[in-house]
Amino acid sequence: MHPAYSVIFFTTASGAGYGLLALMGVLNAGGYLPVDRWFGLTGFILSLGLITLGLLSSTFHLGHPERSWRALMQWRSSWLSREGVIAVLTYVPAGLFALGWVILEQTTGIWMIMGVFAAIGAAITVYCTSMIYASLKAIPAWTHELVSPIYLVLGLATGGLILDVLLKVYGKPISGLSVLCLMALIVGLVLKLKYWKTIDKTPPATGLASATGLGGIGKVRVLDKPHTSENYLQQEMGYRVARKHAEKLRRIAAVALFIVPIILVSLTLVAPALAIIASVLAFLTAALGVVTERWLFFAEAKHVVMTYYEG
Amino acid sequence: MTSLPESTESKLGLVIDLDICVGCHACAVNCKEWNTSGYHAPLTDVDPYGADPSGVWFNRIHTYEVESASGDSQTVYFPRSCLHCEDAPCVTVCPTGASYKRTEDGIVLVDEDWCIGCKLCSWSCPYGAREYDAQEGVMKKCTLCIDKIYNENLPEESRQPACVSTCPANARHFGDLGDPSSEVSQMVKARGGYDLMPEQATKPVNKYLPPRARQTELANISNNAKLEDASPEGGFLGWLDKVLSD
Amino acid sequence: MDGAHQPINKSPIVADKVDTTTCYMCACRCGIKVHLLDGKIRYIEGNPDHPVNKGVLCAKGSAGIMQHYSPARLSKPLRRIGERGSGEFKEIEWGEALDIATSWLASVRATDPKRLAFFTGRDQSQALTGWWAQQFGMPNYSAHGGFCSVNMAAGGIYTFGSAFWEFSEPDWDNTKYFLMFGVAEDHDSNPIKIGLSKLKGRGAKYVSVNPVQTGYSAIADEWVGITPGTDGLFVMSLMHELLRAGKVDVDYLTRYTNAPYLVIENPGGADHGLFVRDDDGQELCWDRVRNQAEPFKDPDLKPAMKGMFELPDGRKARPVFELLAERYLDNQYSPEVVAYQTGIDADTIRRIAAEIADVAFEQEITIDQPWTDWRGEQHDKMIGRPVSMHAMRGISAHSNGFHTCRAIHLLQILIGSIDVPGGLRYKAPYPKGFNSLPKPTGRPGEIQPNNPLPGPHLGFVQGPEDLLLDDDGQPMRIDKAFSWDAPMAAHGMMHSVITNAWKGDPYKIDVLFMYMANMAWNSSMNTAETIKMLTDRDEDTGEYKIPQIIYSDAFYSETVPYADLILPDTTYLERWDCISLLDRPISDAEGAADAIRHPVVEPDRDVRAFQDVLIDLGGRLGLPGLIKEGGRRRYPEGYKDYIANHERQPGLGNLAGFRGKDGSDKGKGEPNPDQLDKYIENGCYWYDEIPHEAVYYRHANQAYLEYATSMGFIKDPSPIIFNLYSEPQQKFKLAAQGHGDHVPPDEHKDRIEQHFDPLPIWYEPFDQAAVDGNEFPLHALTQRPAAMYHSWGSQNAWLRQIHGTNRLYIPASLAERHDIQDEDWVYLSSRSGKIKVRVAVMNGVNSKTVWTWNAIGKRSGAWNLDEDVKESTEGFLLNNLIDDCLPANNHDYRYSNSDPVTGQAAWFDVRVKIEKAPPEEQTASAQSEPRFDPLKQPPTMPDRPGVMGYTVKQGGNKK
Ligand SMILES: Nc1nc2c(c(=O)[nH]1)N[C@H]1C(S)=C(S)[C@@H](COP(=O)(O)OP(=O)(O)OC[C@H]3O[C@@H](n4cnc5c(=O)[nH]c(N)nc54)[C@H](O)[C@@H]3O)O[C@H]1N2
Ligand SMILES: Nc1nc2c(c(=O)[nH]1)N[C@H]1C(S)=C(S)[C@@H](COP(=O)(O)OP(=O)(O)OC[C@H]3O[C@@H](n4cnc5c(=O)[nH]c(N)nc54)[C@H](O)[C@@H]3O)O[C@H]1N2
Ligand code: SF4
Ligand code: SF4
Ligand code: SF4
Ligand code: SF4
Ligand code: SF4
Ligand SMILES: [Mo]
Repeated sequence: MHPAYSVIFFTTASGAGYGLLALMGVLNAGGYLPVDRWFGLTGFILSLGLITLGLLSSTFHLGHPERSWRALMQWRSSWLSREGVIAVLTYVPAGLFALGWVILEQTTGIWMIMGVFAAIGAAITVYCTSMIYASLKAIPAWTHELVSPIYLVLGLATGGLILDVLLKVYGKPISGLSVLCLMALIVGLVLKLKYWKTIDKTPPATGLASATGLGGIGKVRVLDKPHTSENYLQQEMGYRVARKHAEKLRRIAAVALFIVPIILVSLTLVAPALAIIASVLAFLTAALGVVTERWLFFAEAKHVVMTYYEG
Repeated sequence: MTSLPESTESKLGLVIDLDICVGCHACAVNCKEWNTSGYHAPLTDVDPYGADPSGVWFNRIHTYEVESASGDSQTVYFPRSCLHCEDAPCVTVCPTGASYKRTEDGIVLVDEDWCIGCKLCSWSCPYGAREYDAQEGVMKKCTLCIDKIYNENLPEESRQPACVSTCPANARHFGDLGDPSSEVSQMVKARGGYDLMPEQATKPVNKYLPPRARQTELANISNNAKLEDASPEGGFLGWLDKVLSD
Repeated sequence: MDGAHQPINKSPIVADKVDTTTCYMCACRCGIKVHLLDGKIRYIEGNPDHPVNKGVLCAKGSAGIMQHYSPARLSKPLRRIGERGSGEFKEIEWGEALDIATSWLASVRATDPKRLAFFTGRDQSQALTGWWAQQFGMPNYSAHGGFCSVNMAAGGIYTFGSAFWEFSEPDWDNTKYFLMFGVAEDHDSNPIKIGLSKLKGRGAKYVSVNPVQTGYSAIADEWVGITPGTDGLFVMSLMHELLRAGKVDVDYLTRYTNAPYLVIENPGGADHGLFVRDDDGQELCWDRVRNQAEPFKDPDLKPAMKGMFELPDGRKARPVFELLAERYLDNQYSPEVVAYQTGIDADTIRRIAAEIADVAFEQEITIDQPWTDWRGEQHDKMIGRPVSMHAMRGISAHSNGFHTCRAIHLLQILIGSIDVPGGLRYKAPYPKGFNSLPKPTGRPGEIQPNNPLPGPHLGFVQGPEDLLLDDDGQPMRIDKAFSWDAPMAAHGMMHSVITNAWKGDPYKIDVLFMYMANMAWNSSMNTAETIKMLTDRDEDTGEYKIPQIIYSDAFYSETVPYADLILPDTTYLERWDCISLLDRPISDAEGAADAIRHPVVEPDRDVRAFQDVLIDLGGRLGLPGLIKEGGRRRYPEGYKDYIANHERQPGLGNLAGFRGKDGSDKGKGEPNPDQLDKYIENGCYWYDEIPHEAVYYRHANQAYLEYATSMGFIKDPSPIIFNLYSEPQQKFKLAAQGHGDHVPPDEHKDRIEQHFDPLPIWYEPFDQAAVDGNEFPLHALTQRPAAMYHSWGSQNAWLRQIHGTNRLYIPASLAERHDIQDEDWVYLSSRSGKIKVRVAVMNGVNSKTVWTWNAIGKRSGAWNLDEDVKESTEGFLLNNLIDDCLPANNHDYRYSNSDPVTGQAAWFDVRVKIEKAPPEEQTASAQSEPRFDPLKQPPTMPDRPGVMGYTVKQGGNKK
C-alpha cells in the first residue's frame, strides 16, 4: 500500500496523543499526578494537540475535507466512522477533564471521572483506528490479530514516553510510569516481532488461481497489464518496498522504537542524573521508530488486487 | 441505516465468458465512452497527451497465460469490473454512506455528493473495482450503466450495459442473477460459472464462465489418427479409377 | 437507507439528435449511431441493423469521440517554409493551396504525366481516387493494397474469383471445422469476432495456425504455432494426406474446377503446360466415355481425371488433376518431411488432415434448397462440406504468400468447400472470374500529355503480353508494378514509390501526391532511410530528389513535415464518403451491401474533405470526366454530388441502392437525386438480400449468375471456373524460358522461371533465405492490436492508455537461453538494422519467433503528444529492421523486398538475432533506439489539456 504521510502522521500522532491522554486520566484517578495547572496545561496541549493535528491531517488526504462531517454517519458498519464518532465524543470528557484541571485546578470527583472517561474514549478511539485497517480483508497483512494490540500498546508506549519526559521536566518523576513504559515497549517489541514473523510466513490466501478462477486449468501468470500506463490502483495499492530495504527498515524500527528507548528508560531508572536527557532521547528515538514502523505497516502490506497486476 | 440491505429484490449483474473473450478492449472503451457523460461524468483523464496518461476506467482487460500440467500454455483474457457483491465490503467500510447497495436491484453505487474521497472503499475492494477521480476528489465505479439499462429515452435494445451491447464476441451477458430461471443464471449453471476470490467472502453477483475444455481432438478422431491410403494397391490414381467408373 | 440519497435520474436525455453513419476508425466499415447533444458527440454505438457489425462496436470505434476531438487535428492548409522535415510551415488559405497544387499538377500533366505519382493509403474512396487518376492520365496510381494484402486478393481472384481479405467469409452459422491462418485483427474486425463467437457457441472446432497465441488464436480449440513463412508446406502436406487417402470431392472437382482440363505435355515447347482449347477457345477435357476431347462446358461431359491422351493433332495432354495429384503426393510434402521446417509435428499434421476429411465427408450437411447449375442441371439440394478457412497477412506478408494463398484455396477446393453450406462463402459483387476483370492500363501509347488513361490503372494480367512495359521492357510505372519485377501486382506497390522516385529508377518524378498514408513512418520499410530519401537533394541541382510533395492528412502525423503542401482533411464524422461495391465491398454472404458517410458534425477548423478537394482540383485542371462542355464543373457540389451522380457506365454508379429517378431500382439504374437522403433514412447503408436459391454455389449457380448480372456485378452470367491450375502463371514461366513475344530480360529470367508455377509451390521467403540462419536464427513479426489502428490511434487519449508503448515478446525458452527477463532491454538486429527494445517473455509463441505490436512506436513531437511520451521513449517500430530492398543479386540489381509474383511487401520475412543489452544500459532511463530528432509543431496546434474530463450532459456538466 502506498504509505501516505498524512495517514502515517495521523495514526502515530493521534496514537501518542491518546496514549498520553489515557495515562493522564488513569494516573490522575490513581492520584499519581501532580495537580499542577501548568503541568496539566502542557499535558493537555500535547495530548489534545497531537490528537487534533492527527485527526486534521487525516482529512488532508480526503478528496472533500469540507464534507468530513459526513464520515460520522455510518458508525454502525464503518470503523472509520466509529473512530470519528468516538474521537469526537472523547473530546467531551477530555475537554471537561482539562477544564477542571487547568482552569478550576480540580482533578478529583466528577473531574476525575471525566479523566477516566477520556481514557476509555482514547483507548476505544485507538482501537477503532486500528480496526479501520484490521477490518480490511483485502489487505491480509492488516487483518492480522496483532494489529489492534500493537496499535494500542504503541499508543500507550509513545504517550507514556511523553508523559515520562513531562513528569521529569516538572521534577515529579514516577518510576512506576517508567516501568510501565518499559513493559509497554517490551510487549510492543514482542508483538511486532511476532507480527513480522507471521506475515512473512503466511502464504497469501489469494493468488492468481482464485483471483481469476483459472487455477483449475493450470498455473496462471501475468502476460500483460490492461494498460501500458499506471492507474490509480497501481499507484495506491501497488507500492512495494524491496525486500532488502524492508528488512533494513524493520531493523531501524525495532532499534529506534523499542531497543534504544528500552535502554534509555532503564537508564533513567538507574541513573536519575541522566533522567531528563535520557527520557527525551527515548521519546525522540521512539518517535522516529514509530513513524518507521507505521510507514512499513503500509508499505509492506500487499493488497490482493495487485495479484491481478503482478501475480 | 448504513450497511447492506438484508436482501435485494433482484441481483442484476454480468456474466463474463472467458471462453470467447478475445481481449479486444471494446467493452472497456465503450464503457468509458458511455460513462464519461453518464452518472459519474466525467471519467477524468490526467495527462491524456503526455508521458503518463492515466484515467478513470470502470472496466479493464488483463492478459494471462495459463500453463497446464502437461506444459501447454493458453492465453486468457480477463475483463475486470465491479462484481456488485452481495456482501460488498466497499459498502460497509464507507464512513459516509456514499457507497451503498440498492435494494431494488443490488447495484452498488457511489453517491458523489456524499463521498468525501477517503478511498477506504477502494482499499476494501479486493477486485480493484473502484476508481478514484483525484480531479473531482470522489470515488467512482461501475454503475452497471444504471442510466442506460433503465433509460426510457433509449430504444429497448439499447437498454443494456454499454460493455454488454458492444462486446463483439458476445462474451458479456447481463441479467438478474437472483432469478434462477433467468438466461444468465441458466448460463452460469450450464457452464460452471464461478465467483472470483471466494475466500474473500464478498459473494459477487457477477460470474465468470471458464474457458471450455479445448477440443484438440475431435470426438471421433484420436490424437494419432491417420488417414488410410485410398487404395493400397493402385494408389491414389487407382482409387480415382474406382470413383470414376460409373 | 437509499432514500436519503439524491434520486438517480435513470433516464437522462442522451441525445437531441441521433445520426447514423459509418465508422472509420479502421477499415472494417461498421455502421454507427452517433448520439449528439447540444451539437457535441455524446455517445457512439454500433448500429444494430447494420449488416457488418450488427450493433457491436470495437474499442477503436468506441474511441471515435477522442479521434474526432483530437488535439492532433490539422486546422489549415500548410506550405512548407523551412527545410523538409524541419516542420516549419506557414498557414495559407485554401485558394492559395489549390492554386499551388493546380500549377504543379497542370505542368506535369501538360508535359509528361508520368512525373506525377498519386498514391493513397487507407483510402476508402478508391472508386473516386482511381477514376480521378485515370482522368489525369498518369500511370502512377494505386492505393495501399500492395503493401497490405494483395497476395490474398490476387491469390484468390486468380484461383476462385474471390479472395479472403474482404471478399468472402466463412459460413459462420454452419461450419463445423474452421482453420484460420495468420490473422490478428483483419479488415473484418467485428464480423470475425461475431463469427468466432457463434462458431464456438455451437461447439464447432476452431484451429488457429499462427506463430503467436493471442487474440483470436487465444480462444482457438487448437493453436498451431507454426514457424513463419512455412504455411505453404503445411497446407501442401494436408493436401498430400487428403489425396493419399482419396479424401477429395471428385464430383465437385469435375463440375466446378479446371481439374479435368487437358494440359499440353510438350516439355520445352512453347505450348507446354497450356490448356488444350478448341477453335472457339473453349478448354477441352477428355471424355472418358466418348474417348475424345470435348469442351468442358459440354453438359454430357464425363471427364477423365488422369491419363495421358493423344489429341487429334498428335499433341499429348494430361488432365490438370493428375498433375496436381502427382505434385502433392510427392514425398517432399509428406508430414514427416515438412515437420521440421514448419515446426508442426507429423502426427499433428496427419490428425488435422484426418479431421478435415472427417468433417468434410462424414459430417456433410445438406440444405433442402433446389438449384440449377450453369449447365442447366437441376440439383434438389445443396450439399455442404462444413470445413471453412480464413487467412490474411500471416500468409500475405511473406514473399511466398501468393503461392501459399493459392495452396490454401486449393485445399478448400479439393474438399469441395467453396461457397457450399458450411464452407467459405462469397460476398457480392464477387465471384468474378479473373479473366472477366480489367487488365491494367498504362502502356506507352496510353499515356499522353493532357489526356486521360483509356482504362483503370490496376487490374489482372493474364500473361506477359499484359505487362506495362516500355519499348525497352522497362517498367512504365514508378512502383514497377506490372513489370518483370512484379508482374501480377494487381494493387500496385506503394511501398516502392519513395525508393524508386529517389533513385530515379525507372525514372524521376516531379510530384509525389499522397493521401492518408504515414509513409515517413510505419507504412514504409526501413523508416530512417525513407526519411533520408524524402529529404535528400540532388547534388547537381540542389533540388530535392523528389521535388514536390503534396500530402493530405487529417492529423499531425510523422509524414506531414516531409511534405511541401499540406491539404488538411476533415475527420470521418465531418464528411461524405462512399463505401462502394466498386471498391472493397462490405457485403456479407447473404446480401449485397454498400454504405455512405455523411457529415454529422460541422468542421470547426479550416479544413476540407479530401475528396471534395480532389474534385475541385480536377475541375481546375480541366480533367475530362470532371467538367462538362464549356468547362463548367460536372460535380459543383463536390464529392456528394459525385457519389450520387457519377456513372461508370450508364446505370452503374457508386452506390447500388435506391437507384432510378424514384429510387426503386437496385444495382443498376439512373442516378437518383434523392439517393443520399434515402441512404440516410435507411441508416446510411443499403442491403439487398440475395435470393434463397442463389446463396450457395454462386460460381456455378444460374440463379445467382443471373441476379449478379442484373445487378451489374458481372458482365454476363458465365460461370466462374476454379483455377486449380493457373494458366497465367504458366505463361510467365514459358516466357522466362524464352517462349513468345514477351520475354523477360536475362536478369529477370531465373526469378520468373522459379517463382511462377501453375500449381502452388513453396520456397523459403527471400529475406529469410538472404541471411545465414545460424547468425539470424529468429523470425520477427508484428501484429495489430485490437485496440489500436496503425499509427493513427496514438493521438487518441483513450486508446493510448491501453497501448501507449510496445515491448518485444520473446519465447520463454529463448529468454532462458539468453538470461533475459521481463522488462530487460535487448538489441535486436537484422541484416539491415539494429534496434534497442524492451522485452516481455511469453509462452504462447513459436520458439523461433519474436514479435511486437505494430505501429505503436511514435516519433517524438508528432501527433501533438508531449515529446517525452512512452510511445517514443520506449516504443519502437520493427520497420527499422526491415529493408525495403533485397540484397543485390548477381546482376547487381536490388529487387523490392516483395513477393515476386504480386509485389506484395514482405513485412514478415525478416530474420533477426537478439542480444541482451549490457547491465549499464538496463536502467530506468533507458530508451528505445534508434532515436529520431523530435518533430517541430506546425504553427497552430491546439493546446494539449493536462487534465481532460470530456463529458456531454444535458444542461451542461453537473455541479
Ligand atoms: N512492420 C510493419 N509495418 C507495416 C505493417 C505490418 O504489419 N508490420 N502493415 C502494413 C499495412 S498492411 C498497412 S495497410 C500499413 C498502414 O499504414 P498507413 O497506411 O500509414 O496507415 P496509418 O498509420 O493508419 O496512417 C494513415 C495516415 O492517415 C491519416 N489519416 C487518418 N484519418 C485520416 C483522414 O480522415 N483523412 C486523411 N487525409 N488522413 C487521415 C493518419 O493521420 C495517418 O497519417 O502499414 C504497413 N506497415
Ligand atoms: N485493430 C486493428 N485492426 C486492423 C488494423 C489495425 O491496425 N488495427 N489494420 C487493418 C489492416 S490495414 C490490415 S491489412 C488488416 C490485417 O489484419 P491481419 O491479417 O490480422 O494482420 P496482422 O495483424 O499483421 O496479423 C498477422 C498475423 O499473422 C501471424 N503470422 C505472421 N507470420 C505468419 C506465418 O508465416 N504464418 C501464419 N500462419 N501466421 C503468421 C502474426 O502472428 C499475426 O497474428 O487489419 C486491419 N484491421
Ligand atoms: S469486448 Fe468482449 S471480447 Fe472484447 S475484451 Fe471485452 S469481454 Fe472480451
Ligand atoms: S467488486 Fe468491489 S466495488 Fe464492487 S461491490 Fe464488490 S467490493 Fe464493492
Ligand atoms: S471514498 Fe467515498 S465512497 Fe469510498 S468509502 Fe470514502 S466516502 Fe465512501
Ligand atoms: S456495466 Fe456499465 S459501467 Fe459497468 S463495466 Fe459495464 S459498461 Fe462499465
Ligand atoms: S471494426 Fe471498429 S474501428 Fe473498425 S469500423 Fe468497425 S467499429 Fe469502427
Ligand atoms: Mo493493411
